[in-house]
Amino acid sequence: MFEQIVFYSFAAMLVFSASMVVSMRNPVHAALFLILAFFTSAALWLLLQAEFLAIVLVLVYVGAVMVLFLFVVMMLDINVTVIREGFARHLPVGIGVAIMMLLSMGLIVGSKQFQLVQPEDLNKFDPQFSNTQELGLALYTDYLYPFEIAGAILLVAIIAAISLTMRKPRTHKTPKPEKQVSVRSQDRVRIVKMESEK
Amino acid sequence: MLVLSEFLTLGAILFCISVAGIFINRKNVIILLMCIELMLLSVNMNFISFSHFLGDIGGQVFVFFILTVAAAEAAIGLAILVVLFRSRNTINVADLDSMKG
Repeated sequence: MFEQIVFYSFAAMLVFSASMVVSMRNPVHAALFLILAFFTSAALWLLLQAEFLAIVLVLVYVGAVMVLFLFVVMMLDINVTVIREGFARHLPVGIGVAIMMLLSMGLIVGSKQFQLVQPEDLNKFDPQFSNTQELGLALYTDYLYPFEIAGAILLVAIIAAISLTMRKPRTHKTPKPEKQVSVRSQDRVRIVKMESEK
Repeated sequence: MLVLSEFLTLGAILFCISVAGIFINRKNVIILLMCIELMLLSVNMNFISFSHFLGDIGGQVFVFFILTVAAAEAAIGLAILVVLFRSRNTINVADLDSMKG
C-alpha cells in the first residue's frame, strides 16, 4: 500500500512536470521543470531498488547536464515571441499523434503478458547487499569493453565541446591551412631568364 | 502490489509527452533537446523496471551507458547551439536554411 502511494504521487508529479517542460513559454522555466522531472524519476528508481542509478541521475543530470542547459539558456538571448509562433497551430497535431501513440503503446504494455508482480523474494537480500557492488561486478566483467567505449565517447565529447566553443586570440604563428591548399606553383616559383656570364 | 505494466505505462506516457513536445515546439532548439532528454528518461524507466521485475542487473548496465551517451550528446548539442548563436544570432529552426534543405 505504501509503495502504491509513493508510486502514484511521484508518477503524477513526473507527468505534470514533463507536460510543463513541453508547454512553458520561458525556456528557463522549462529547464527548471525538467530538473523536477529528473528528481521525481530518481525517486521512482529508488522504489525499483536501483539506488546507484538514482544517485547518478541526480548527480550527473541535475548537477552537470541541467546546469549546462541553464547556463546556455541564460547566455543566449532568445526572442520568445518569435520562437513561440506556430505553437497553437501545431498543438492539435502534436496532441493527436501523442494520443494515438499512447493508445497503441498502452494496448501492448497493458496486456496480460506484462502483469508481472514484484518478485516475492525481495527479502532475500541481507542488509549488507549493495546495488552498487552488483552493478560494478557486471560492469567490470561482462561489460568491460562497452565500458571502455563509453569512456572514449566521453573523451570525444569533451574534446568536441571545447574545440567547438573555444575562441582564443592567435598568440603564436601557425600556417593557415586555407591559404596553403589554394597556393599555386606559379606564385611560389619565379623563373628568371638571364644572360650567362662570359 | 505494484505490477510491471504500471511502470511501463508511465514510461509510455512520458515518451508520448515528449513526442508531442517535439511536434509543438519545432521552432525552439533548446526545448527540442530537452524533449530528447525526456525521451531517454522514459526509455531508462522501462529498462530499470524490467531489470527489477525480471531480476537481471543487465538492464541497469544499459541505463548506465544510455546516461553516458545522453550526457555526451547534450554537451555537444549545446556547444553546437552556442556556435550557431554566435554566427547567426538566432536559434530559430526556420532561419537555419543556408543549406537549402
